[in-house]
Amino acid sequence: MGDEIRLIEVKEEILSDNIRLADNVREGLREKKTMLINLMSSPGSGKTSLILRTIERLKDAVRLGVIEADIDSTVDAEKVAAVGVPAVQLRTGGFCHLDAAMVTRGIEAMETETLDLIIIENVGNLVCPAEFDTGAHRNVMILSVPEGDDKPLKYPLMFSICDLLLVNKIDYLSLSDFDMVALRERVTALNPRIAILEVSCTSGAGIEKWIDWLKGEVDAFAGVTAEAP
Amino acid sequence: MAVSPGTTNRVPIRMHELPITESILRVVLRHAEGQNVRRVVTIRLRIGRLSDLEDEWIQRYFDYLSAGTVAEGARLEIERTPVVMRCSACGASYEAETGRMGDLVCPACGERGGTLLSGREYHVKEMEVQ
Repeated sequence: MGDEIRLIEVKEEILSDNIRLADNVREGLREKKTMLINLMSSPGSGKTSLILRTIERLKDAVRLGVIEADIDSTVDAEKVAAVGVPAVQLRTGGFCHLDAAMVTRGIEAMETETLDLIIIENVGNLVCPAEFDTGAHRNVMILSVPEGDDKPLKYPLMFSICDLLLVNKIDYLSLSDFDMVALRERVTALNPRIAILEVSCTSGAGIEKWIDWLKGEVDAFAGVTAEAP
Repeated sequence: MAVSPGTTNRVPIRMHELPITESILRVVLRHAEGQNVRRVVTIRLRIGRLSDLEDEWIQRYFDYLSAGTVAEGARLEIERTPVVMRCSACGASYEAETGRMGDLVCPACGERGGTLLSGREYHVKEMEVQ
């Protein structure tokens, strides 16, 4: 033995624990026919407003629950619960993102058998949430017009992992130099399969298209699970 | 202090180095177990350039978390793997600069963008132990 240096081959993914747990979440919910959507954005881009709009429009058609993540507050969950939708607040205790373990605890606190769709409102942050698989079936992000059209250049990972980008606050477009064409080109260059919709949670513009997308995804998910053996 | 590509013009958020570092330590200790390891000297990691992790902070968190374990004092050697894209038009693969990810153009055919092949790795390659 002595003090000579030996080499141990490890060859292991650092995030494998989280990926495994995320796969468990995805599979578990698939069996229960509950779709999980992970909603991400910077702080203040309109995640809670979008969720409230969505509840307003879909409450009677889709049985919806919300998992709210905040570093240390319960403000968002209170707003969601106030409109009569089951909401679980996860306080990340200083962490900048949710991981699959935290999401698992959130799901355990909900009666998933009675839900068609759970939306996770992730911590407001375009960096860390992109790295950690939550177990969601779809990733959706919001970019708001005041944040600028250059964000895909700064946070490429976030844009490359999402299935849908909602460009929110389009009612501010006339007041800004935001270049929608440039944004679309940049985002599509990073992620050719991403869908992009322009919305305003304040005026309601474009919200119907978002609802159609969401309803389509939920129906497709339910259809697939119904056909599964 | 080293500034990794993609973190210019903004204050990098430091937090997610911590859970990543916890995972590194967990993997290292698991592999050291039953191998008659007195101490871990070096840990070699491969991390994709698309990650915003700062080497210096990973080492700092590691020093903090590994105190009292066989990995205490281990040096982390981090190899950064490039971001590689595959062109959606001609299929050529090419290396992308992380600072210009939204303005990608395939050097072979000029098509914009493509699919990410690599650049997101978080991999513990090997470690040197005594």
